[in-house]
Amino acid sequence: MTELQEDYPQEGEVRIPSGCAISGIFSRNGKRFGGQDAIRSIAVMHDRSNGLGGGYAGYGIYPEYKDYYAFHVFYYDNDAKNTCEKFFDEHFDVINLSKIPIRKHPRITDEPLIWRYFVTPLPTKLAASQLDEEEYVVRCVIKVNTDIKGAYVFSSGKNMGVFKAVGFPEDVGEFYRLDEYEGYAWTVHGRYPTNTPGWWGGAHPFALLDYTVVHNGEISSYDANRRFIEMFGYRCTLQTDTEVITYMIDYLHRKQCLTLDEVAHVIAAPFWSTIAMMPEERQKEYIYLRNTFASMLITGPFSIILGFNGGLMALNDRLKLRSLVAAEKGDMVYLASEESAIRIVEPDPDRIWYPRGGEPVIVTLSETGKKVVAAESK
Amino acid sequence: MKHIDVHGMYFKDLNQIIRLSKDQHIELKDVEGQRYIGCGLSGKVIDIYGTPGNALGACLDGTQIIVHNNAQDATGDTMNDGAIIIHGSCGDAAGYSMRGGKIFIRDSAGYRTGIHMKAYQEKQPLLVIGDRAGSFLGEYQAGGTIIVLGLHQDGKPPVGYFCGTGMHGGKIFLRCDNLPRDLPEQVVAQTAMEEDLKEISAPIEEFCKAFSLDKDAVMQQHFFVLTPNTSNPYKQLYTYV
Repeated sequence: MTELQEDYPQEGEVRIPSGCAISGIFSRNGKRFGGQDAIRSIAVMHDRSNGLGGGYAGYGIYPEYKDYYAFHVFYYDNDAKNTCEKFFDEHFDVINLSKIPIRKHPRITDEPLIWRYFVTPLPTKLAASQLDEEEYVVRCVIKVNTDIKGAYVFSSGKNMGVFKAVGFPEDVGEFYRLDEYEGYAWTVHGRYPTNTPGWWGGAHPFALLDYTVVHNGEISSYDANRRFIEMFGYRCTLQTDTEVITYMIDYLHRKQCLTLDEVAHVIAAPFWSTIAMMPEERQKEYIYLRNTFASMLITGPFSIILGFNGGLMALNDRLKLRSLVAAEKGDMVYLASEESAIRIVEPDPDRIWYPRGGEPVIVTLSETGKKVVAAESK
Repeated sequence: MKHIDVHGMYFKDLNQIIRLSKDQHIELKDVEGQRYIGCGLSGKVIDIYGTPGNALGACLDGTQIIVHNNAQDATGDTMNDGAIIIHGSCGDAAGYSMRGGKIFIRDSAGYRTGIHMKAYQEKQPLLVIGDRAGSFLGEYQAGGTIIVLGLHQDGKPPVGYFCGTGMHGGKIFLRCDNLPRDLPEQVVAQTAMEEDLKEISAPIEEFCKAFSLDKDAVMQQHFFVLTPNTSNPYKQLYTYV
């Protein structure tokens, strides 16, 4: 599998018809719960996937290491591992490393080596780089994924982690023993690859720092978006269109400091004809965003759930060409491709609604939730 | 009557049981997103509790389906005959390419409701929505009748953006005081006159009966009727949007 990048066709070279399922569960009050509900939710939508990829993101799962970046890494052989660990040692203080615990599963096979590292940048290196800490980490992750053959850092945030594999998502959840983790937010994806073959690195979520994206759909603007974002040092190495969304959100939200609402209005901008009907002040804002970030418009069908420390955002393309349902019960928020995937874990929500195209659903920790998460991390 | 506790049953098995059942009336309990329920079926009555999955009643051919909850996407896809009555809302693309029978949705419908609906001689599909429909209602509509009542909209247009885009046949009735601001040029909108109202009187009566509503109160408010603009046919539809 070391020849992976050479052997596998790139985005656009192969075409496979599509599906995909997404789901997200969030406790506003920061209550931590196991991965089982996310597993049950995605299992209902089994037929939206075809067994070629499944994955989860859990937030608040590593309170004991909350100040360290948790790197989850796939290695396709020991050489890759040795080279990558040497790179980590040169750039980070590695305070803990271990294999990620798995449970052997009859339907999950050919797994790479899967390792986890809790790290913090070496102060001298960080100072010498003249970068802020997050940018330093981002550049190191991109460096590994681009230059070290057979090594992929697929999760790199603090107090959160991505778990993904080739297989059906409910099997992937059992494989990674997600019932043994507790987090205040989970997102999950069931994959039915379009355009590119399924492989471990290409499963969702796609992550950079604490941003994770699960995506149902297909980006028609992939190459336009990729060419633009690669000008800012990002490298699309994972052979699938979803990866670029993660980098675009990182660029717009972390680097350009746009609010999530503004990010949504850039990547799923309304039609000019719809903007023309808005009141003048709003019109100005939307026109500014569309013009300034013209190359960041994502066209084609998508529904995504973005995870980040402290919240989730669900977003549809402006034509709503993929399904998305949202629900609330007490402090809990549920987001999924299908209502049945919500009702299996919460049969009687207080409110259930269908978000409109291009209008994000953003949920964040309440004041109580923030305190709870902070207290657990001490 | 046959009762089936559905739970996690695989959709193929469920549909096989329904198809082979000799009972004319079937009641499904605890449905958990199973797809294609009643697909292509004729001559039965199916009551559904729980959440039916996508493509409920696809290619339906004469069966009556009553959903006692919300339905998901693509309800009544390419349906030919029969009825789907939803005591709740439904997801996107209800009545997709529908060519006969009727769909009643008590509350709201999602995007692209009635897209590609068509009609031929005695095949005249009917789609009635109690409250509101999302964007692209009746997109590329080629025939049949869509009625949106806006029962909780206080006279506001009960539809999202781009209603009737690419419409070239059939009729859309909107119960509201003002028209949507972005009706495309392929559509002509007029106040529904006595003759138009007569045309929808029977369907609305049936809808009101299904959901215990007061028909007279419904009919009292103003209706618009949307038809294709034959002098401005489909051209450059999505250019420069």
